[in-house]
Amino acid sequence: MSSTVRTPEEIAARVKALESMLIESGVMTTQAIDRMVEIYENEVGPQLGAQVVVRAWTDPAFKARLVADASEACKELGISGLQGEDMVVVENTEAVHNVIVCTLCSCYPWPVLGLPPNWYKDPQYRAAITREPRKVLRESFGFTVPDDVEVRVWDSSSEMRYWVLPQRPAGTEGWSDEQLLALVTRDAMIGVGPVGAVA
Amino acid sequence: MNGVFDLAGTDGIGPVVVPDEEPVFRADWERAVFPMFAMCFRAGFFGVDQFRHGIELIDPAVYLKSPYYEHWVHTVEHFGEQLGKLDMAELDRRTAHYLANPDAPLPEHADDPELLAFVEAVVPSGATAKRDVERAARFRVGDVVRVDRSAPKGHTRRARYVRGAVGEIVLAHGVFIYPDTAGNGLGEQPEHVYTVKFSAEELWGAEHAEPNQSVYFDVWDPYLDLVTTSTEGVPA
Repeated sequence: MSSTVRTPEEIAARVKALESMLIESGVMTTQAIDRMVEIYENEVGPQLGAQVVVRAWTDPAFKARLVADASEACKELGISGLQGEDMVVVENTEAVHNVIVCTLCSCYPWPVLGLPPNWYKDPQYRAAITREPRKVLRESFGFTVPDDVEVRVWDSSSEMRYWVLPQRPAGTEGWSDEQLLALVTRDAMIGVGPVGAVA
Repeated sequence: MNGVFDLAGTDGIGPVVVPDEEPVFRADWERAVFPMFAMCFRAGFFGVDQFRHGIELIDPAVYLKSPYYEHWVHTVEHFGEQLGKLDMAELDRRTAHYLANPDAPLPEHADDPELLAFVEAVVPSGATAKRDVERAARFRVGDVVRVDRSAPKGHTRRARYVRGAVGEIVLAHGVFIYPDTAGNGLGEQPEHVYTVKFSAEELWGAEHAEPNQSVYFDVWDPYLDLVTTSTEGVPA
C-alpha cells in the first residue's frame, strides 16, 4: 500500500502504463475505450432522466408504473442498463423532499443521470449530507427546504439505485414536453436543487 | 472493515464545493480508467463488490486526497497483482517510461470486435445483482429493527453510523448478492435486502440532529435484529 499522493503527471503516467499492459493482454482496446467514453460523454446523461420525469408529469398511468418499478417503466422509454438494473424513484411532495447519496462509495443511477458529478463522489458531500442535509443544500447549493418539509436522505448502500422525481411546478399547465424538459435539471433528480424556474 | 471510506457523519473535512460546470471526464487519463471497471470485470479481475473492497484498501490519506478515478486504478492494480494478471515490476518500469515520455504511444494493437460488442451490450443491459432464489425473509415492512454491532474486517456495507441504530423497515426489495461474502471472494450467498428508515435523532442525537430529517439506508437480512414486529406496533 503506497501512502504517496501522486501528482497529475504521475497519475497520467501510471494510467498509461496500466492501459498499455491491459491492451497487450487483450483486456482493453483503444477502440472499445473510446466507444465506452463516447457513450457516457454524449449518449447517457441526465437528459434521459428528464424524459422520464416529463412523462411521469404528463401521464399518470406511467407515473404509477414508474413509482411501482422504476427500472421496468424506464425500459418503456428505451432507458436501462449499468448501475440502474434495479432503480427506485422517490417522489417529492408538499411534505417530503428527497436527496440521494452513497456514503460508502459513489453509487449513482447511471442510465437516467449519466456519470456522477465530482462533488457527489467527493468525501465532503458523502460526509455531510446524511448529518446536515439542510445546511449542505443551503450553503453549497443555494437551495432552502422549509422546516415543515421532511428531508429524506437515501443512502445507496445496496445495489438499489435511487433517484428523485421532483414535483411538477405550478403554472406549467398546458406546457409542451419540450418546455417541461428544460425545467428538469440533474440536480433536481439528485435532490440538491429545484426544478427550473417557471418564467 | 472500518475505514475512512465510510464517510457518513465525518466532520471537519471542509465544505461541499460545487463548480458551475465540469466535463464528464476532467482529464484524458480518466477516459482510460473509466472503461477499466467493465473491461476488467469481463476479464475476470473482480466482481463489483470486490472492486469496491479494493478501493477500501487504499491508504486512507491517499483515499481522501486523490481524484476519484485514481481509486479505480488502485483496485485494478490490487486484483491484477493478486491474480497474477499484472507484473507490477513491469508496471513500475512502464510508469517511469511514460513519466519521462508522456507522449510516447500506446502499444500497436488490433481492434477486438467481441470487446466492442460487449460494450454495446453491457451498457444498456447491465448485470443485476438480484437473484431469483427462494429464501424466507426474516423481516417485513413495518418491522422495527436494530442494525447489529458486528464490525467485520473484510468488505461489508454495514456503515458505522447505522450500527446499533433502530429504525423501521419501509421497503423490501427481494434477494440480492450478499456483499459480505461476494466482496471477500466467498461467493454470492444471496440475502434479502430491505430499506430501513432511521430518524436523524436516532443517528446523531436529538441535540445534534437537524429538524424533520431521516435517512433511508439499505441493509441485507443478516445485518438486522428484530426489535418489534409490524403487528406489535412501535415501542412506546
